[in-house]
Amino acid sequence: MSVPLLGQKKSAWGPSFWAGFVACAIVLAVAVPILDLWVPPNSAVALPDYLVPLLGKYLCYALLALSLDLIWGYAGILSLGHGAFFALGGYCMGMYLMRQIGTRGVYGNPLLPDFMVFLNWKELPWFWWGFDHFAWAAAMIVLVPGTLALVFGWLAFRSRVTGVYLSIITQAMTYALMLAFFRNDMGFGGNNGMTDYKDILGWDLHQPSTRLGLYLVSTAALGVGYLLCRFVTTSKLGRVLLALRDAESRVRFLGYSVTNAKLFVFTLSAVLAGIAGALYVPQVGIINPSEFSPGNSIEVAIWVSVGGRGTLSGAIVGAVLVNLAKTWLTGAAPETWLFVLGALFVMTTLVIPRGIVGLLHGARWARPRATAPLPAEE
Amino acid sequence: MARRVPSLSPRKWAEREIGRVQLHLAWLAAILLISLAAALPARADEFANFVSALGGDSFAEKEQAVIALGRLGDGRAVAVLTALNDGRLLKAPDGRVLVSDATKLSDPLTGADVPDVKADTLDRIRVNNRLRGTIEGALGELTLFSADPSARLAAAQDALRYASADEAALLEKAIAAEKDSGIRAAMEQSLAAARLVSGTKRERLSAARMLGTTTDPQIKNLLDEVRAAPDTDPEVRQAADAALASINNRLRLVGLAANLFQGISLGSILLLAAIGLAITFGVMGVINMAHGEMIMLGAYAAYVCQQFFRAFLPPGWIDAYLVVAVPVAFLFAGAVGVVLERSVIRFLYGRALETLLATWGVSLILQQTVRSIFGSPNKEVSNPSWMTGGFDLIGGFTVTWNRLVIILFCFVVLGVLALILNRTSFGLQMRAVTQNRSMASVMGIRTARVDALTFGLGSGIAGMAGVALSQIGNVSPNLGTIYIVDSFLVVVFGGVGNLMGTLVGALSLGIANKFLEPVAGAILGKIVILVAIILFIQRRPRGLFALKGRTAEAET
Amino acid sequence: MNTATAARDTLLYLNGVTVSFDGFRALNELSLIVEEGELRTIIGPNGAGKTTMMDVVTGKTRPDAGEVFFRGTTDLSRLDEVEIANLGIGRKFQRPTVFENLTVLENLELSLDDSRGTLRTLFAHLSPDRRDRIDKTLARIGLSLQGSRPAGALSHGQKQWLEIGMLLIHDRSLLLLDEPVAGLTDRETEQTAELILDLAKDRTIVVVEHDMAFVRSLGAKVTVLHEGSVLAEGSIDHVQNDPHVIEVYLGR
Repeated sequence: MSVPLLGQKKSAWGPSFWAGFVACAIVLAVAVPILDLWVPPNSAVALPDYLVPLLGKYLCYALLALSLDLIWGYAGILSLGHGAFFALGGYCMGMYLMRQIGTRGVYGNPLLPDFMVFLNWKELPWFWWGFDHFAWAAAMIVLVPGTLALVFGWLAFRSRVTGVYLSIITQAMTYALMLAFFRNDMGFGGNNGMTDYKDILGWDLHQPSTRLGLYLVSTAALGVGYLLCRFVTTSKLGRVLLALRDAESRVRFLGYSVTNAKLFVFTLSAVLAGIAGALYVPQVGIINPSEFSPGNSIEVAIWVSVGGRGTLSGAIVGAVLVNLAKTWLTGAAPETWLFVLGALFVMTTLVIPRGIVGLLHGARWARPRATAPLPAEE
Repeated sequence: MARRVPSLSPRKWAEREIGRVQLHLAWLAAILLISLAAALPARADEFANFVSALGGDSFAEKEQAVIALGRLGDGRAVAVLTALNDGRLLKAPDGRVLVSDATKLSDPLTGADVPDVKADTLDRIRVNNRLRGTIEGALGELTLFSADPSARLAAAQDALRYASADEAALLEKAIAAEKDSGIRAAMEQSLAAARLVSGTKRERLSAARMLGTTTDPQIKNLLDEVRAAPDTDPEVRQAADAALASINNRLRLVGLAANLFQGISLGSILLLAAIGLAITFGVMGVINMAHGEMIMLGAYAAYVCQQFFRAFLPPGWIDAYLVVAVPVAFLFAGAVGVVLERSVIRFLYGRALETLLATWGVSLILQQTVRSIFGSPNKEVSNPSWMTGGFDLIGGFTVTWNRLVIILFCFVVLGVLALILNRTSFGLQMRAVTQNRSMASVMGIRTARVDALTFGLGSGIAGMAGVALSQIGNVSPNLGTIYIVDSFLVVVFGGVGNLMGTLVGALSLGIANKFLEPVAGAILGKIVILVAIILFIQRRPRGLFALKGRTAEAET
Repeated sequence: MNTATAARDTLLYLNGVTVSFDGFRALNELSLIVEEGELRTIIGPNGAGKTTMMDVVTGKTRPDAGEVFFRGTTDLSRLDEVEIANLGIGRKFQRPTVFENLTVLENLELSLDDSRGTLRTLFAHLSPDRRDRIDKTLARIGLSLQGSRPAGALSHGQKQWLEIGMLLIHDRSLLLLDEPVAGLTDRETEQTAELILDLAKDRTIVVVEHDMAFVRSLGAKVTVLHEGSVLAEGSIDHVQNDPHVIEVYLGR
């Protein structure tokens, strides 16, 4: 399901697209719950309860990968700091979940989470205000990563920072955030993070039905996110992005605001990543500062690469496949995982730069030239 | 010394002092009486008397004798009192007091051996805890008169803790006898401290003035106590304030110097770590995420050299392992770099972003390989003896040799690199390829070879940086990950492809880091710097000293 | 005669324009007038200042001295590149800079004079008359059959025409073409001459070129630049026989 080009016979929103989309939706949103809840547990195709949050986690990763493909595959912005947006969304959800614990924590304090009691804090810091309401937390999940992206992107794009320089400063951004969140006196749980959640919106997090619900919400989020990204990339804006990936000054010369275009997709991408992080946290049960680690963000890039950059569906495929492999290998032969991951990085860039889906569909990704393209203007 | 001096409230301090003064006065009086009663006894006689008094029956007697011995100022008393404390002081049936060590007995009065007494006729002279305390106090006072200069110095400095009138008297005697100017200076300082708390007003004023030139924190505390004490004369308090202000100034200056040194040290390390990256980035437009691992490999090379020297070479040679480790690390890391370039990077020309990802993968592989071979825990790499320790500059600030050597090493490397770049034909080729690759190739420069060798050079330097790092930090498989982000920031900040940019970038980042640390803490300081760099890049997207010409704008 | 009157009725008016780069004078008191509806060719040896002149007109470089007016009243030296582009002045660069990853149709779509706002482009819809316009332009540049091919797959000549097409589709009253036939085959050069002559019917075009046969086939007034100022002006024959020009340019 790669994005078709203008002028080609296949329309972006034609029947073949919808057929594929609905088929995937059925598998994810219908088959999985059936296999989990209705099929008797001893059947061969039954889905054990503990796998549901794992699948949900994969879907959250897929949404994160999707958000990166949007900016990297189309606008050529390789952000190596998207883990930061993911983690920020996760922390917002985490704060809400912490407030939900209430008196059921170890120290039984109705207002303060355990780690604050442990640090002898007397009251809730100002930025925790409001997080006992889901509506507020939901708003923050969107606003916090979005605002950071807006500010950071405005600073970067306005000064025409591109390419590897941009990638490096996104790394610096996520690294700085990691250092900050590791500090115990920041008020976010320090290096232990926040965990021991009890329920979300009143539903017990440990119940299979809640987990299934979260899984379905993740599926929905992924579906909506995908449709949204597809809408953007098949619009004229999508074409502007593709154009500015290769010849930024030419696009500027044509009168388009390159800064605004980049800023728009960058912010949208950050918001999607934040939502992915927010859905991730209740399913894995913990959020800690290592989510901000620079290595995590680089790993997202490999998911997109493996699946196929610039194809949207490739990002989803890549995220799921690589994480499946990770889950399997870290269980079966842990010392080999890093070798495999490293080899994946090397192989995808060298041998299959178009990724799996790209190979299948002829991705909208021109074969990069061996020599550097010279600047357009004389 | 058993006695400790925590900071006390003025009242408790005063009480303690009064108590001690009373006690000492009492004993002093007793001793004076005794010595008067003896009517001009020779000092040696006094000593002998007190020593035999140690053999007395009651602890009180012994305590008197101990204190008297301490006050006497006779160096022989040290051995006696030490023996007594250790349980090696013995009493013979004839009343003589003898010192025993493992093999023989000796007479404390003369130091001569006493062979003809049977061990089983001797009684050990017993001590109790209170007596021990007194013994240790007396010993402390005595070491001011010890024959060993380092013991005297230690005692002189230690005397600061017991600033009191008695201490002052003791110190005056010691100063009169002291020939070494350094030790005398220490004694005089302690005397001033003692006078500060216990002397006459005039003495206190002059003591306060004299103490203004020190940087010792103990003296600072003393001055604080003095000015805080409610019964202090206002003039004295003023003098104490002035002294404190002067001390604080000095401390501030020392602090600045210390930060500067630390900053330059950190900067030199960053420089070593980043220079290889700057070169490969400049010449090839390649961001090598495995650069950190080259550093790590160099550190492990140093470790292996150390182990090799320990295992196979005579012990006297161990100090030379570092000299061998440097070229070994250079060659090893350089070779790995060349292999990496030929096998992976070569195929990704012009695609800087892909190179970034591919080299990240290589870094994971290298890390895991090292982990499998050497294990995850830190490896110990010790400094050779010529790099251990340091020297003290004014009060409290120590310049360690290892950091100094690294700074020098870094500048040597920089110098050699500058020579290579500017004076050799290879360097010329490197610079040509940096500025205009296609032109250089058309002029007959084998760009492929230049690339491979440049990458090797950059990785080799990283390896040497690893050797340097092994001397001041831990060696673990994660070593590279610690320095990779910093190296990038140096390159991005300083500008790509030129030595000056990396030099200025590294030093300024190192110094900025160290100056922010005391103000904001290490982590917050780092964050501030990261944010500052991000903002700086907006102003100058190509760094401080940007090279003109094609840079890493060519990417996909 | 003051500037206002001198510049009135002209399309492009340059008077005494000087541009220096680090002491080197790229343009030296250049004075040049192009009338509305003209087809003008500018020739000159390398370093004569042809590209710099175009830079000044399009706002890429600010002149150190002199006046640059468009349609007699608009002072181009005060505007930036985007503003000048929106005035209707279009420039085609030497190297084709079409967007290789987009199709020919998409390249033209981007050049349409629709709103450029980011959100507008998100929701932009290609109306039938817009589509019509694209088709017409495709026909004019001879690429009707190439519409859905990626621009990167076109030949060098076709890319040049696409780029001209991208300038065309946006109503431009003044086109500046920088070496449009560089690297083209003879056949493509002929076709390009035909295209330019066709286009010159309804707009003003200034062509910078080296290829003398091509210049001749255009048959337009020729301005010769040398060391930053005008050396000679007139028909191709007049200019080729001018002794100054021969001396400087050893004719082709």
